[in-house]
Amino acid sequence: MALTKPKQEMTDARLAEITLPEGGRWAREAREAALGRLRAMGLPHGRDEYWRFTRPDSLNEATPRPAAVFDAGETEIFSERETIHVTFVDGVFAPEESDTLEGTGLEIVRLAEAMASDIHWAKDVYGKLETRGHDPVDRPFAALNSATATDGVVIRVTGKADRPLRISYQHRNETSDAVLHNLVWLEPGAELTLLENGPAAARFNHVMEVEVADGATFHHVRAQGRDHERRCISHLYARLGEGSTFKSFTLTANGALTRNEAVLWLEGEGGTAHIAGASMGDGGGFHDDDTIFVTHDAEGCESRQVFKKVLRNGATGVFQGKILVKPGAQKTDGYQISQSLLLDGDSQFLAKPELEIYADDVACSHGSTSGAIDETALYYLRSRGIAKEEATDLLTLSFVAEALEEIEDESIAEEIRTRLEGWLARRRG
Amino acid sequence: MNEVVTTREGVDQETVDAVARLSGKYKFGWNTEIETEYAPKGLNEDIVRLISQKNEEPEWMLDWRLAAYRRWEGKENPTWPMLTLPEIDFQDQYYYARPKSMDVKPKSLDEVDPKLLATYEKLGIPLKEQALLAGVEPAEGEQDRRVAVDAVFDSVSVGTTFKDELAKAGVIFCSISEAIREHPELVKKYLGSVVPASDNFYATLNSAVFSDGSFVYVPPGVRCPMELSTYFRINAENTGQFERTLIIADKGSYVSYLEGCTAPQRDVAQLHAAVVEIVVEEDAEVKYSTVQNWYPGDDEGKGGIYNFVTKRADCRGDRAKVMWTQVETGSAITWKYPSCILRGDDSQGEFYSIAITNNAQQADTGTKMIHLGKNTKSRIVSKGISAGRAQNTYRGLVSMHPKATNSRNYTQCDSLLIGSGCGAHTVPYIEVKNNSSRVEHEATTSKVDEDQLFYCRQRGMDEEEAVALVVNGFCRDVLQALPMEFAMEAQQLVAISLEGSVG
Repeated sequence: MALTKPKQEMTDARLAEITLPEGGRWAREAREAALGRLRAMGLPHGRDEYWRFTRPDSLNEATPRPAAVFDAGETEIFSERETIHVTFVDGVFAPEESDTLEGTGLEIVRLAEAMASDIHWAKDVYGKLETRGHDPVDRPFAALNSATATDGVVIRVTGKADRPLRISYQHRNETSDAVLHNLVWLEPGAELTLLENGPAAARFNHVMEVEVADGATFHHVRAQGRDHERRCISHLYARLGEGSTFKSFTLTANGALTRNEAVLWLEGEGGTAHIAGASMGDGGGFHDDDTIFVTHDAEGCESRQVFKKVLRNGATGVFQGKILVKPGAQKTDGYQISQSLLLDGDSQFLAKPELEIYADDVACSHGSTSGAIDETALYYLRSRGIAKEEATDLLTLSFVAEALEEIEDESIAEEIRTRLEGWLARRRG
Repeated sequence: MNEVVTTREGVDQETVDAVARLSGKYKFGWNTEIETEYAPKGLNEDIVRLISQKNEEPEWMLDWRLAAYRRWEGKENPTWPMLTLPEIDFQDQYYYARPKSMDVKPKSLDEVDPKLLATYEKLGIPLKEQALLAGVEPAEGEQDRRVAVDAVFDSVSVGTTFKDELAKAGVIFCSISEAIREHPELVKKYLGSVVPASDNFYATLNSAVFSDGSFVYVPPGVRCPMELSTYFRINAENTGQFERTLIIADKGSYVSYLEGCTAPQRDVAQLHAAVVEIVVEEDAEVKYSTVQNWYPGDDEGKGGIYNFVTKRADCRGDRAKVMWTQVETGSAITWKYPSCILRGDDSQGEFYSIAITNNAQQADTGTKMIHLGKNTKSRIVSKGISAGRAQNTYRGLVSMHPKATNSRNYTQCDSLLIGSGCGAHTVPYIEVKNNSSRVEHEATTSKVDEDQLFYCRQRGMDEEEAVALVVNGFCRDVLQALPMEFAMEAQQLVAISLEGSVG
């Protein structure tokens, strides 16, 4: 279908600014193909159905809007854990702040290296899930990422990784624009925990494609940076094989714009996919959007989507979630919950929790609620001598608890809970 | 023919049979042999003028229609519903068809062509002012169960019963074409005030070419002495029906309105694009019930009615109340979202829907609850049942505006799939812009009213029994509100159980 005129003009203008990076033969071909996809679908427009709750303008612009660097005055999250550590500063690999990637037991290379060579296995993975993910809905920023990303991390796991891999995205330049693309390939039976943290840049376009082979396990915990003015568009793709497990949790606090898209395909019998998120939004500048698409295309798979949003002072929370059960995907167990806690009258919650089911022997349920803090619970706590603000914070933490429970590693869940408590306590002063 | 359908555990045979009966062989597929006068095929300004002229309309009405027609020319058929829409050639349709015998307007029902009267008799809608409908025994203490009927046949209203008696109570109940002639001040004031002429593709088309429909005005403080109903029958081939209904419930009034529809069985699909506007003033209440049983097409999906309907109620005054009840079993394609604008403080909107699709039928239906006033309440209960190769979608919007403080919405959508070839989908939009309102959307059968469940369980019922009782109890409530003409369908609907729902 031809693009509408405003969309065509906007896309042409942006594409004119893009020069594809140099690279090996496969990388050049992959980038050109991605650019072709983007040209065909066009950049998102505010009138697109998939963008009805979130304005894409600031992500479309050729140069990012500046974002002040926020110093939280605290140690970096996950930094005290024993991990294999990789750092990018404003989207550029920082070797001096990273571990040596050899001898870690994992096969890790930088995407920049893989793309420089003419032959690399990454060519069989790069952009593949992103390409599939445009059906039935276009995700132009992911195609833009595949066309322009110059770095990222490429990981192949054959056994059980003894330590988590941690990728830290530092933001130090107020006008930086980072485009990173990670590839994760888990061989049958392999296991990996991936931790990601940080705002990455004033504007961050992030794609991660994950292949989870039969019997493999992937745990992913992400804490997006707290810089108030940062913007982020991320796409997380995963294809799950038979009996495999995928669990992902994202914590979002602050940020002028966050749109986290996740596209998951359950393609082998008995796969499990959990995706969860907790977000804390404070102020009219906060806009957070989780857009999830889970496809069940095999029998006996389980999926859970658990999203909790705490919003105050004019913050906006968005949830667009979908469970698609394809014909033949019998015995599917699908669950989806999206809830918002509105702490004042100015904040808003916009949701579109969808089900699309083509198999009759399945159990899919979804729920969505929105409302203020439970006055009865608040009264109970206050009658036991707890001050109103503290009681509100306690109830806030219990509200997000269901999402935190989706984190497999309890110590990581605990670290996040402690951070949340700390932020709320500091806010109370 | 008894086709064996493998169903999942929990789906009982009675439900499967009830769905098959309801959506099985179409009982109303016969056609009335009658001489019909058509406007020329196709759509252009002259056709719009012709319809206006046939209805003996004043100039302002023609201007309104032409403005809508010009708008429609620039509009595009919506692509967002989950429907596989065939290409509709809007120039290959008749936009006006009326029985030749209606050339000279009958002054009373006695003058109406007996063939037309026989048609309604056969449909179970006798156009006589009898105290009770044929074959329906009054319930104890219910001596006065009468239903006034406006019968619309293709593009014209054939007649309206009990007009005089209603007039004594001050209630105006007539065809919209008559209202345009007799009560222009009311029509001018309210027509298009709830569904603007440019609202959407099909509403705009309707605004240009609507030929007839019903008009109701209930004056302040009047409780309408009987139920009102309109029965729509499409008979002519290749003809679209475009009816327009306008209901005005003035301050403190009450009216219950029922709507039914059928069409003959034909191989070529036919278009039906209606608009229903309801204005509910302060303290007034309107109940609107529909049993939609248009011809659904054959087992292969050949023929059937394409049903594109815009229905909207505007609760303008405080404490206004509207309730939509719909049972959708017919049509090849259904595209329909009866909505409530809750503008007045403490106003209330309810939507109860049972949509059954079978064979190649497709339905994309639901509601919109727009909360604008304070302390407004809405409730949505939707049950979609899909069998054969049918696709059934619930699509809804619940919107809490910033000023709609202390408002409440509760939504429950259940879907039941019978067989592995069909689909059930849920597309709810939820927009909450204040924090004193509560919005809950759920899609599981176990989430029926907890208090009622608790009550049942306390009396020794197990959970499953309690759920069944509460669900069926709800169904009966809704079905009792339906016209007696549909008693058979209603009874069959009660047999449907939502155990085994997929969410």
